[in-house]
Amino acid sequence: MADAASTSPEDHAPIRRLLWPVILPLTFLTLWTLAVERHWVVEGIIPSPRQVAQSWYRWIFGATTLSLSPYSGTWLAAVLYSSRRVLQGFLLAAAVGIPLGLFVGWNRLVARLVDPSIQLLRPVPITAWLPFAIAVFGIYDASALFLIGLGAFYPIVVNTTHGVRDTNLLLLRAARMMGAGEGTILTKVVFRSALPSIFTGLRLGIGIAWTAVIVAEMIAVKSGLGYVLWDAYYVGRMDICVATMLSVGLLGFVSDRALQLVSRLVLKWRTLEAHA
Amino acid sequence: MSDRPVIELADVSKTFDKAGRSVEALQGVSVVIARNEFAAILGPSGCGKSTLLNMVAGFDAPTRGAVRFDGEPVTTPSPRRAVVFQEPALFPWYTVLDNITFGLKTRGIAPTAYRGRVEAIIEQVGLQGFESHYPAELSGGMKQRVGIARVLVMEPDVLLMDEPFGSLDAQTRSVMQELLLSVWERHQQTVLFVTHDIEEALLLADSVSVMTARPGRIKKRLAVELPRPRALEVTTSPFFNELKREVLALIREESVKAAVERTRPL
Repeated sequence: MADAASTSPEDHAPIRRLLWPVILPLTFLTLWTLAVERHWVVEGIIPSPRQVAQSWYRWIFGATTLSLSPYSGTWLAAVLYSSRRVLQGFLLAAAVGIPLGLFVGWNRLVARLVDPSIQLLRPVPITAWLPFAIAVFGIYDASALFLIGLGAFYPIVVNTTHGVRDTNLLLLRAARMMGAGEGTILTKVVFRSALPSIFTGLRLGIGIAWTAVIVAEMIAVKSGLGYVLWDAYYVGRMDICVATMLSVGLLGFVSDRALQLVSRLVLKWRTLEAHA
Repeated sequence: MSDRPVIELADVSKTFDKAGRSVEALQGVSVVIARNEFAAILGPSGCGKSTLLNMVAGFDAPTRGAVRFDGEPVTTPSPRRAVVFQEPALFPWYTVLDNITFGLKTRGIAPTAYRGRVEAIIEQVGLQGFESHYPAELSGGMKQRVGIARVLVMEPDVLLMDEPFGSLDAQTRSVMQELLLSVWERHQQTVLFVTHDIEEALLLADSVSVMTARPGRIKKRLAVELPRPRALEVTTSPFFNELKREVLALIREESVKAAVERTRPL
């Protein structure tokens, strides 16, 4: 698919197209390697890319039983812990945020009742909720789910509300003159019309969910990538810290791409519109 | 069936509040449309003819006066008074077929009960082969065919058409006018057709009510006594031109008035 960035014809050469995006990462990796090996940085604090790669490899594929190291073969477990929490919190946020956003956007009374509270609570950073969450839910999964869910909830509810309010009046009139009642209009017109906006909210939401899971696992639970990150920092394993950072980045990227794919499938009519 | 009018506007006025200023869109409008009549409302842009149609549709309520359908005051939209909008207003997330059957499904009619009728109407409006297309894949004319088909399948008592061909190019417009003629001659539904196109009004309608510039009033109602079935060729006949001249004179006065109105500071 052609995008706005590829304008000159030579950009379409496949090799060049593949090469172009890796230039910056390669330069960065080279500089990083040089900085460590030539001792441009204080020794022992920043690991070299090679060290990170080796530790990461061992963390993923290393034996679990023979080794005493917590960073051997435990990667997948940590990833699964974090992913499960993100998914649960995200689904919780969507299950509450989408219907609530529909009603807030659709009904003026509901909006007047709920919207001010949402707008008032929204600026409270998710990190500021940490002590409260631990006090109420303890050092358990519930704390993490609360933080992740709350973080993802805001963009989902706000974007759903916007999407609903943007529904074309003419489409509402068309539905009404064809005999549609409130329920039909809400599910078959308003919801469908708000879906692009809802997906924007979901994508923002899952991004925040990954932020929230790391914060929550650092403090509120004792497993997952956030826990590993903080623990590795305490024992001076910066190589594992970097590997964790990259893992989270990768997972965030994959989950966003997955959502994008779902959105493309669900909003097939919209891609047609863009090409018309 | 009684001969009482299907649609009746009695001394209807409508005032809008626009940015704190009240604008009178319609003033003392009275219109009567009989069963099976194809009635056109003709007027310059901004004369309130769409407002009139919206009130018959039940989207808007009159400020004064009464809008009655089948003797009952109009309060809400209803599938018995189906609307074809200027913008086709199709649901972009539904295929052509799903758009056409929306009204039927909404009313819980079983697909087996309507399949034959839907197929017949899809053929009448020339949409065969496009059933699984999305609106985004259709041209303006094809979209409006869907807009017409989705109301025809509901078998409404009246069709309210708000400049349905206004945004189409001239050629597509004539094709659609002929299509509407053939469809109308088959179904003979009561139609309220709003337009600013004189030829269109005379070609299609049994009666043409010419409106004045804002505030909109009915200036004159003419009977169009052209034989049916009509085809596009009728627009070249001497009788047609005579009618056209008459309407042109009426509407020119109003267009000039409207233009002067617009250039003058309010």
